[in-house]
Amino acid sequence: MRLIASIFATLITMIPLQGFAGNSSTDEIAKYRQLLADGNPAELWEMRGEELWKKKLGPQSVSLEQCDLGKGPGVVKGAYVELPRYFKDVNKVMDLEQRLIHCRITLQKLTPEQAVAVPFGSTGNPSDIEALVAYITAASRGMKVAVSTTHPKEQAAYELGKRFFFYRAGAHDFACATCHSKDKQRIRLQELPNLLNRTDAQNTYSTWPAYRVSQGEVRSMQHRLSDCMRQQRFPEPRYASDTITALIMFMAKNAEGGVYDAPALKR
Amino acid sequence: MKIILSVIAISLFVTGCATAAMQTDTGKMLVARLEEDFSSKGPATVERMLNQDEVQKLCSAYPLEMSDEQMETLQASQLKTVKYPADGNYLGEWKEGEKIAQNGRGMQSSDQVKGTNGGNCYACHQLAKEEISFGNVGPSLYRYGKLKGESEAVVKYTWAKIYNSQAFTACSNMPRFGHSEILTEKQIKDVMALLFDKNSHVNQ
Repeated sequence: MRLIASIFATLITMIPLQGFAGNSSTDEIAKYRQLLADGNPAELWEMRGEELWKKKLGPQSVSLEQCDLGKGPGVVKGAYVELPRYFKDVNKVMDLEQRLIHCRITLQKLTPEQAVAVPFGSTGNPSDIEALVAYITAASRGMKVAVSTTHPKEQAAYELGKRFFFYRAGAHDFACATCHSKDKQRIRLQELPNLLNRTDAQNTYSTWPAYRVSQGEVRSMQHRLSDCMRQQRFPEPRYASDTITALIMFMAKNAEGGVYDAPALKR
Repeated sequence: MKIILSVIAISLFVTGCATAAMQTDTGKMLVARLEEDFSSKGPATVERMLNQDEVQKLCSAYPLEMSDEQMETLQASQLKTVKYPADGNYLGEWKEGEKIAQNGRGMQSSDQVKGTNGGNCYACHQLAKEEISFGNVGPSLYRYGKLKGESEAVVKYTWAKIYNSQAFTACSNMPRFGHSEILTEKQIKDVMALLFDKNSHVNQ
C-alpha cells in the first residue's frame, strides 16, 4: 500500500514538472497517454470486435471464426503483423480490411454492400469493421512487423505503393513524400514522421489503428490514409482499395522489425 | 577483349532498358489503379490527380535524377507562367494577408467547390512572432521585408515565388499559388503586404 501511495505521489509530482518542461503538443499527448496508461478506450472496441468475430451472422448464421487472415483458418494471433500479404484463394494481395470484407462475403454470405457498410464509425453509428480491426490488431501486440515481399504480387504491391508515395499531383502538387520524407518536419506544431526513416516508420506503423481522442473513435489504417488523401488535395479513395493496400504494404515494409503496439491512443 | 567489352555494354544496355521498362510499367499500372480506386469529391477531382503536368511528372521520380541543366530548363518554363499584377500594384492589405496565411481551407475533398481558399502559410513558415504555431517545412519569413528591403527586384521575385515556386526551385514542396489558381491576384497582393508592409506584424 505504501508502495502504491509513493508511486502515486511520484506521478503527481511528475505531472506539473512535465507541464513546465514540455512545450510541444506531443508532450501534452504523452501526458494524456500516461494518465490513461491502463485504460485506453480502444479496449471497448477490442471487446466488441471479439464478440463480432464469434457472432453468427448472415443468412446461414456463420461466425468469422473460420476466416483465414493468412496464418490458417481462425488464427488471429500474430496475423496482423504479417499483413498485407498474398492470398492464394483470391490471387491477390490484401490488407486486413480487404480480407475481413472477403470473409464477410465468402463465409457469412453478406452482400458486398452489407460487407462494407459503415467502414468508419461516428457517434450513434458504430462501425463493426473498426471493432473487428481493433480485436485482430490487438492480438499482434508485442510482435514484430514482418511482411513478406517474396511473392511477385507482394513485390508488385510494394513497388506500386512506393510509386504512389512519391506521386505528386492535384491542386497543391503534393505527394505523401512532400510531408513524410524528411526528419523532424512539422506542419504547424504537428510533428510529421519521416516514413523513409526506419525508426519513424516503425513508431508510426506500430501504433495504428488508434483511439483518436479528437474523434472519440478507433480509427483504422484505411481511415488514417483516407484522411491523408483529403489533406493532400487528392480525391476520395474507395474504401479498401488496392491503391491504399499498396501504400500500406510500402509503409509496413519500411517499418519491418518494429514492435507492434496498437490499438494505441492518439490526438 | 573487344567481344567481352561489347557483351558488357550490351548487357548494361539491356539491364537499363529492363529497369526503365519496369518503371514505366509500374507508372502505367499506378495510373490505371488510381482511375479505378478514386472518385472526385468537391474541388478534388480524379481528372486533376491523373493529369500530371510537366513539373508534377518530373518531380514524382524517386530518386530525383535531374541534371542542373534540366532543372534550369524547368524553372525557366515555369517562370514564363508568372502573371504580374496588371495595375503594377504589388501590395494589398497586410491584415487581410494575415487571415489568408492563417487559413488552411481550400481544394480538399471536404471543401466547397469554388470556395475561398486559404494560403495556409503558417503550416510551413514562421511569420509573425506572436503566432507560435508554425511549421518548419519552409524557411522562417519573420522580418522578411525588414531584412530583404523593398527593391523592385525583391518585390517582383517574391511575387513570382508565391505565384509559381517552381520558377526558382525545381521540385520545391511549395504549392504554385497563382499558377494553380489557389489564390487570386488580390489575395496574393494581401500576402505580399503581410511580408513587406512596415506596419505588418511580420516586420516588428
